[in-house]
Amino acid sequence: MSEGLQAANAPPCFLSKEQFAKLFKVLRALEYDVIGPTIDQEAIVYDRISSIDDLPRGWTDIQEPGKYRLEKRNDDALFGYVVGPHSWKQNLFPPVTTLSVADRTDEGWQFSEPEQDAPKFAFLGVRACELAALKIQDRVFLEGPYIDPQYQGRRNQALVIAVNCTQAASTCFCTSMKTGPRCKAGYDLALTELPEGFVVEVVTPQGEAVINALETQIATEENQNQAEAARQQAVDQITRTMDTTDIRDLLMSNLEHPQWDDVAERCLSCTNCTMVCPTCFCSSVEEVSDLTGDHVERERQWDSCFNVDFSYMNGGLVRNSIRNRYRQWMTHKLATWIDQFGTSGCVGCGRCITWCPVGIDLTQEVAAIREKQT
Amino acid sequence: MEKPKLGVFKFASCDGCQLSLLDAEDQLLAVAGAVDIVHFPEASSRIESGPYDIALIEGSITTPHDAERIQQIRRDSKFLMTIGACATAGGIQALRNGADTDEFMRAVYATPEYIQVLNKSTPIAEHVKVDFELRGCPINQYQLIEVIQSLLAGRNPRTPKHSVCLDCKRRGTVCVTVAQGTACLGPVTQSGCEAICPSYNRGCYGCYGPAPQPNLVSLSTHSLKEGTSPAEMAHSLQNFNVHAPAFHNESQRLTDQIEEQN
Repeated sequence: MSEGLQAANAPPCFLSKEQFAKLFKVLRALEYDVIGPTIDQEAIVYDRISSIDDLPRGWTDIQEPGKYRLEKRNDDALFGYVVGPHSWKQNLFPPVTTLSVADRTDEGWQFSEPEQDAPKFAFLGVRACELAALKIQDRVFLEGPYIDPQYQGRRNQALVIAVNCTQAASTCFCTSMKTGPRCKAGYDLALTELPEGFVVEVVTPQGEAVINALETQIATEENQNQAEAARQQAVDQITRTMDTTDIRDLLMSNLEHPQWDDVAERCLSCTNCTMVCPTCFCSSVEEVSDLTGDHVERERQWDSCFNVDFSYMNGGLVRNSIRNRYRQWMTHKLATWIDQFGTSGCVGCGRCITWCPVGIDLTQEVAAIREKQT
Repeated sequence: MEKPKLGVFKFASCDGCQLSLLDAEDQLLAVAGAVDIVHFPEASSRIESGPYDIALIEGSITTPHDAERIQQIRRDSKFLMTIGACATAGGIQALRNGADTDEFMRAVYATPEYIQVLNKSTPIAEHVKVDFELRGCPINQYQLIEVIQSLLAGRNPRTPKHSVCLDCKRRGTVCVTVAQGTACLGPVTQSGCEAICPSYNRGCYGCYGPAPQPNLVSLSTHSLKEGTSPAEMAHSLQNFNVHAPAFHNESQRLTDQIEEQN
């Protein structure tokens, strides 16, 4: 994905569903490993897919705090759902990776890096909030003083095929975070699904290479109007909001607000919100040796500020209560992230609300703090 | 350098945790090479008396004889480590704690006067100083090897204390509670099994005991709101780790609630 290479004023084209089915073959021929939505474990997850039949045709997701259910749609929409338990970070920043290897030899320790053959992914079905999340993780892994080589290798090769939302879940609040639901930047191709096919916007040469291998027509005015109406439907369905006015100062000047005690009574400190968050990037690094101690691997795993041990340093725990850990997570996500990276760490996808086992809703926590400032 | 002497000792238990060591197969040979296994009746007829550098204790204390035996093993051992839910939390047999043991014996045995048993099943740490507790029912063999390895290398063991949820997420398992409404103890249970049950579409049974600072009340309150009955919730906590304080207190709170309502 190379941003900024916008094909000048390329008019949107129309891709029929028959032609769309051939997309998978085209992507394979271009040596992409296609990751996209598919049904598994009673949810729409992102996984390796190989044909149009793997897509969740005719299914949607119903979401509320602490609850996610699949439901049959009354049409054959392929992308008629919102977002699920997985995000694209699984592929760019894998949950477990080996960073380096050391072997004890007669000549002393030999260090090596595991083979770095970065997979070439095509991400199919990236939502607007997720494009924003990719941009935020780019900032973390690529634009700071230290570049993450694994993320970089995967990210640079990835093809991003965005799909505009045509509906919203009750947990969505991308309009508050100004990240969606319309896909505006950060993709190679953007699709809007209509009953007969897709209106496709092509912005990069990589996207063009894919779309040129398929038969398309110029999108008619009617196609474009239909697409606009479908996208508007998503905007209209968003009911959840988060008032972000001066949110940094609001949270940082209310660090002793009684709401933190209130949320600590409900929070399980189980890490689910951080794991499903498409921008959370914390990890821990450990050395793992075999029984002889002659072969050691340096392993990086997803970790979370909700873990007791995560703040262990120099003989003690820095955040030794659920209250402190929830406050750390939320103030970082919504306030100090702005100091650190220049944007909010929240994209309004609502995953942390849906996948919290007890349904804690950060938009309500912020509202409660705003309502009664200390 | 002389190899450290390792002894494995059994108290009230099902032997499953000791079997985890035998199940380690390929790694077991490496263990056998690194330590001198001098007392492991389940595996070998070689039985040597102490002192031991490392003692692995399986099982809980349920008889007066065992309460004495553990004192001697402690005196004989440099590093004493419990393996499994019985030794660490009292095990499933701690379900009888608080009940009338004499009545149980009269119901089960023809001549109960031959049985000498304590009223409670208690973890080893209630009797002697324990240097390390390895959780699980049964323990995870890789964690056991890891702890032995860390002792040999003189470093801290990698036995994380985070919740089972983190393991589900790392392996890509979709939350069974959120997506299917299945009751699950994962959010309050310590990691160790690599989140097996949810990957087979089942809720977590809490085999590894309470995670640090577990919020049992919040999980119960939410589960009850979603339709779990107080009795079901209490029973889910009355399992292998029923005597672990966090699980015990919450199941007791729910039981008291049920009694008040009746």
